Amino acid sequence: MYKTEVRGPLILGDKNYRQISSDIIAPIDQPIPTWWKAVFGVSMLATLIGVIAIYKTVSEGIGTWGVNNSVGWGWEIINFVWWIGIGHAGTAFSIFLLILRQKWRTSINRAAEAMTVVAVGCAALFPALHMGRVWLAFFIFPYPNTRGSLWVNFNSPLFWDFIAISAYLLISASFWYFGMVPDFATIRDKTTSKIKKAVYGFFAFGWTGSSREWLRYEALSYVLGGIAAVLVVSVHSIVSTDFAVSVIPGWHTTVFPPYFVVGAIFSGFAMVMTLMIIIRKIYKFQDYVTDSHLNAIAKILIFISLIMGTAYSTEIFMAWYSGSQYEMFTFFKNRITGDYTFQFWAMVVCNAFIPQLFWFKKVRQNLTIAFIISLLINVGMWYERFNILITSLSKDYLPSSWVTYSPTWVEIGIYIGTLGMFVAGVLLFFKYIPMIAISEVKSILKVTSLNKNEKTNASHE
Amino acid sequence: MEKKYWKSLDELNNQTEPDLKTDQFPDGKNLLDIIDEEISQKPSSRRNFLKFCGFSFATAAIASSCENPVKKAIPYLNKPEEITPGMASHYASTWFDGSEYSSIVVKVRDGRPVKIEGNNLSPITRGGSSARVQASVLSLYDEHSRLKGPSKNRQEIAWQFLDNEIKAKLKEISSAGETSVLLTSPIISPSTKKLIDEFIAAYPGLKHVVYEPVSFSGMLMANKATYGEAMVPSYHFDKAEVIASFDCDFLGTWLAPAEFAQDYAVMRSLTDGENRLSHHVQFETRLSITGSKADKRYPVKPSEIGSLITGLYNQIAQLAGISGLPGGSDHESLPVLAGQLWKSRGKSIVVCGSNEVNEQIIINGINELLQNSGNTIDYSAPVLTKQAIDSEMEGLVSQMNDNKVGGLILWNVNPVYDYYETEKFISGLKKLKLSVSLNSTTDETLEHITYSAPAHHYLESWGDAEPVKGNFSLMQPAIRPLFSTRLPQESLMKWMGKEGNYYEYLKNYWQTEILKSGDAEWTKALQDGVFQTENAGKTIIFNASALSASATVINTATEKSGFEVSVYQNLSMGNGQHTNNPWLMELPDPISKVCWDNFASISPASAREAGFVKGNIVKVGELELPLLIQPGQADGTISLALGYGHTAFGKVANGVGKNAYKLTGFSNGNRTYTLTGIKLTKVAGEYKLASTQMHHSMEGRPIVRETNLESYLQRPDSGNELHAEFEEKHVTLYKEVEFKGHHWALAVDLNKCSGCSTCVIACQAENNIPVVGKEEVMKARSMHWMRIDRYYNGDEKNPEVVFQPLMCQHCDNAPCENVCPVSATNHSSEGLNQMAYNRCVGTKYCINNCPYKVRRFNWFRYATNEKFDYHLNSDLGRLVLNPDVTVRERGVVEKCSFCVQRLQEKKLLAKNENRPLRDGEIQTACAQACPSNAIVFGDTNDPESRISKLFKDPRNYHLLEELHTLPSVGYLTLVRNKPSEEA
Repeated sequence: MYKTEVRGPLILGDKNYRQISSDIIAPIDQPIPTWWKAVFGVSMLATLIGVIAIYKTVSEGIGTWGVNNSVGWGWEIINFVWWIGIGHAGTAFSIFLLILRQKWRTSINRAAEAMTVVAVGCAALFPALHMGRVWLAFFIFPYPNTRGSLWVNFNSPLFWDFIAISAYLLISASFWYFGMVPDFATIRDKTTSKIKKAVYGFFAFGWTGSSREWLRYEALSYVLGGIAAVLVVSVHSIVSTDFAVSVIPGWHTTVFPPYFVVGAIFSGFAMVMTLMIIIRKIYKFQDYVTDSHLNAIAKILIFISLIMGTAYSTEIFMAWYSGSQYEMFTFFKNRITGDYTFQFWAMVVCNAFIPQLFWFKKVRQNLTIAFIISLLINVGMWYERFNILITSLSKDYLPSSWVTYSPTWVEIGIYIGTLGMFVAGVLLFFKYIPMIAISEVKSILKVTSLNKNEKTNASHE
Repeated sequence: MEKKYWKSLDELNNQTEPDLKTDQFPDGKNLLDIIDEEISQKPSSRRNFLKFCGFSFATAAIASSCENPVKKAIPYLNKPEEITPGMASHYASTWFDGSEYSSIVVKVRDGRPVKIEGNNLSPITRGGSSARVQASVLSLYDEHSRLKGPSKNRQEIAWQFLDNEIKAKLKEISSAGETSVLLTSPIISPSTKKLIDEFIAAYPGLKHVVYEPVSFSGMLMANKATYGEAMVPSYHFDKAEVIASFDCDFLGTWLAPAEFAQDYAVMRSLTDGENRLSHHVQFETRLSITGSKADKRYPVKPSEIGSLITGLYNQIAQLAGISGLPGGSDHESLPVLAGQLWKSRGKSIVVCGSNEVNEQIIINGINELLQNSGNTIDYSAPVLTKQAIDSEMEGLVSQMNDNKVGGLILWNVNPVYDYYETEKFISGLKKLKLSVSLNSTTDETLEHITYSAPAHHYLESWGDAEPVKGNFSLMQPAIRPLFSTRLPQESLMKWMGKEGNYYEYLKNYWQTEILKSGDAEWTKALQDGVFQTENAGKTIIFNASALSASATVINTATEKSGFEVSVYQNLSMGNGQHTNNPWLMELPDPISKVCWDNFASISPASAREAGFVKGNIVKVGELELPLLIQPGQADGTISLALGYGHTAFGKVANGVGKNAYKLTGFSNGNRTYTLTGIKLTKVAGEYKLASTQMHHSMEGRPIVRETNLESYLQRPDSGNELHAEFEEKHVTLYKEVEFKGHHWALAVDLNKCSGCSTCVIACQAENNIPVVGKEEVMKARSMHWMRIDRYYNGDEKNPEVVFQPLMCQHCDNAPCENVCPVSATNHSSEGLNQMAYNRCVGTKYCINNCPYKVRRFNWFRYATNEKFDYHLNSDLGRLVLNPDVTVRERGVVEKCSFCVQRLQEKKLLAKNENRPLRDGEIQTACAQACPSNAIVFGDTNDPESRISKLFKDPRNYHLLEELHTLPSVGYLTLVRNKPSEEA
């Protein structure tokens, strides 16, 4: 089926099915390690800070933030777009590779999907919180009502946003969950604890592993994958229309949808890389998440980084080419130079230049450097959103309303809170859900693992 | 006495009836106790459990679903004929705070004044008003600083005790042969003047002294010296083709700015077929709004004014062929200016804002040479609002300290705050046998006064005024007194033992002295608010003998090294008696855009030289002042606004800014408002001023379009070529919306707008706009629906200044509308961009997407919030709210609505009367308040309307029209009367 001489093995070590199951389920069966408790504690603390900040926001008002009459959106929308971007990787990863039948995805997709669900959950918090009257957030639902009937504004990107994000969250969560059903069944069958048997049994939906079930399972995966593939493209395109539909210089641009989608996948892949390096290190999954996996991700990152660089240059070129003095000002006087120079160059350096280091094999193979670069990409992506939002709003058309913006502790607190939520979510995933899709890995064992290859090769001789 | 019917013998015998309430719940127990007992006594069966459960759930459901207690509105049993709930009544009245006069109309809704508007019937103010007039309605409801009743040594006493004690003391002082003094601000009420005369007659030895913290004493004395009479003439800027002004802010604060702004605008009008443009040259120290309107402006030091005036006199004298005066500056501008003035003699004005008598004498000489007296300057109709002779106050203070004064009655003056030698005045006060204050609010002086007999607020008062000779107006109450206060006139009547009340006295006075007729005339005068009598013009003769002596005095003035400091009144605070008004406190200064503080403005060059940067604090005299680097400020000078630095004036005023009166002095018989030879020292620390505008250049964008007269006469659309270009390119893929019926629009004539900010306060009063405080203003969260953008252009030493009033542009292709997810902001069939507050969820996308940034967000709950301790957190303060306009909740976006409540009101009125709306019938609050008539509102679907004509004017353009937002607000280009090469 596959010429593994070209590909190289996807699973290292001499594994059999039993070994795979026990390797991957090991963290679930073992007692909770101390580091886990410590990190979980810290993340809970961060979440608490977030909860306090959210309480302050909701009880006193958006005035507790640093936003003002000119800069109506601040950190909350930066972070929203950032989290949504991160939340892209999982689905993009699994789905595109699933559709393209890339088998190397199997050991990574579960973690990536988990990350997606948690990140999109974090992201979804912000659009709700940034509303002045969050208790009336249901106004945004297009439900039949007795007010006339008063519908939502179907022309508004914020409404599209709402639909896109809820659909995306729903589909990626379903996709993730259905992928786990056979694995839950594996845990149910292997575990000795009665509670775990009951809980995992419940979530396993009575999976028995019959051929009919596998047939249905495969079909569902492709159907959900097909839907999700569209959503991956649509969700960030629509997020980008929050900006592109406006009249504000630096926002009003047609390059935004592809630029945002690519940017999102970029930050998502970087986050996948960060997480996989951690998982490999802590849970010793080197045999499943091999060097060649990380190598592949790094290569993809080089490519996306080039697209990002092109997008940045395109924007700047278009600002000049448009002949609009407002666009010119935003790009040349308020980004490349001006008050927000640091943020602009931080974005360019982190996203367009630093990932180019992956051209060197040594860099790709040095996990420490790769880890740092993967973090820097997400820092850069955060600055990208800062650039788009703040520089455009702070100095738009009338100089009389030009202002500067800086966040308050409340905004920072909410961001810390979502970081805490994310880490806590990921930790729970480490502990209670098989981090690698057992059934999928098993499916590629015979064709790509080291020992089987040798045997097959031998038999050919 | 009514018959009393009794129901029972008990009642007849005055016995209390058994209280029915006690029967309902025995033993004074409450409901919960009873239930508790019930439960504890019952056996715990399933049946009982369900019973009580059911009861508790039902109670909880009812209790939680019940709304808050309803405050009952009690309808009239017999409705008064003139009151219709929900309909406003308007009463003509008069505003005079001791320095500025305005004939006004008070809008009263459901028994409470909610808005002040100018009275169109007045030939003096002609419907104009100032920001302070507009804001004065709020001070009526100032719960904290208004005095609630009479007091002695700050202990409440009854009026009767107070009257008896004061009467006894006055008698005692009078019979001991000592003097008592009635110290007042200028009194322009003829009936009160008569009453004061009677009061003086009742207490021989009593004197009346008029005191003004910012006086016109110099001019009064100069006119006495040159014309033989201490008076202030009427100025007619509407007849002046050339205006030369020496440190005189006549459009902002000098004499009668609202009237002058109107007159000035007449000579700046290029609309309605008018084609007049005066030439205005301004010499001044600080950059004032008057200076910013000038065609030519020269920043000069205060000490240079005298020699400039002499120099101008000499230049004109040369042209007139008479001998000049000694000294005089040979400033480069003077020969040209003299030529222009001379060419337009009889149609020019030379004014000076100085309080120095010698300078004013030479100004009189100049105007006399130019034959302006009798033409543009009318001595036959003197302005009576300025009466104080500074030396009288000076004499009073020294007499007080010499124990020569027995009693002092203060009325509408606050010398402890605004006299230049506070300590001396206080020590004088301590030597008095009797000190009485008639002021209506708490102030710094009150702390040192024994008796307080507080006056009504002017909206609760009867009164009259004669601001200009022969022009009378009446003041009538628009609400019953809120507190136990009394008209000062009535206090005087009580203390002199005169029977009756002031209303009768006033009516009687008017009927015998002014109207000379019966009740019908009186009612008419009361309804109109104004009345004119024939004024027999007196001829006065100019006496030039004082000129040379004055020139000599000016000439001998020695120049000192160091900084020169000049203190001035700014637009919002004036002389400091309205400082406790939060609306005025938050009104940004039109030039610096700073509110909630006064500051030392310094020129950029001087700041560089002295090593000062933004945020520094400098020490001027005893005052430590935050520094503001102000382009256009004369080098080597510091300017500082009066009116701040109150210590006991109310919660808004106290501790805000520094008291600049400490820097004033007295010399040459008059108060001086400048200091020379000042060394500035930097004080450690940093101070942040709250400014509503951070960036001051237009960055070359076509925001305010400008041209000069010459180009305008050649091509009326000069400077506005872009408009035609964009109109030509106007194209859209979509079907354009048609507005059947009305299509509302507003035009702003940038040439007429003087930046006076009256519209901003009018809008705030009309639309219930909250005050947010310094901290929030610093965070760029000012709530004003209407702002005045100010841009500098040219060099920092003497920049050109432009103003642009900015409100919601009501775009017909509004960027804010399509982005709102819940359609809370949408377009009306009459072209209004409207906000449905109760639909808004506060995503703020509309704020971001508004290219004009005119949308405001309710960051906090501003009403009934202790953190915003201004006026919206007290029941009394909230009475100022306009019931026609929603008070916005936190979390919703708001903005200018084109005063939609006014549109609805007038539309309904026209409908009821079965007639079409007349053009000009509807006026937005800003258009109505504008003293310069720079704002015009109307219906562009009516081809005959003024707005339609203005929109067809070649000067008209729309802001950011290249964005194709199709705004309903138009701006008319600014045209300066200056030579082409500088354009």
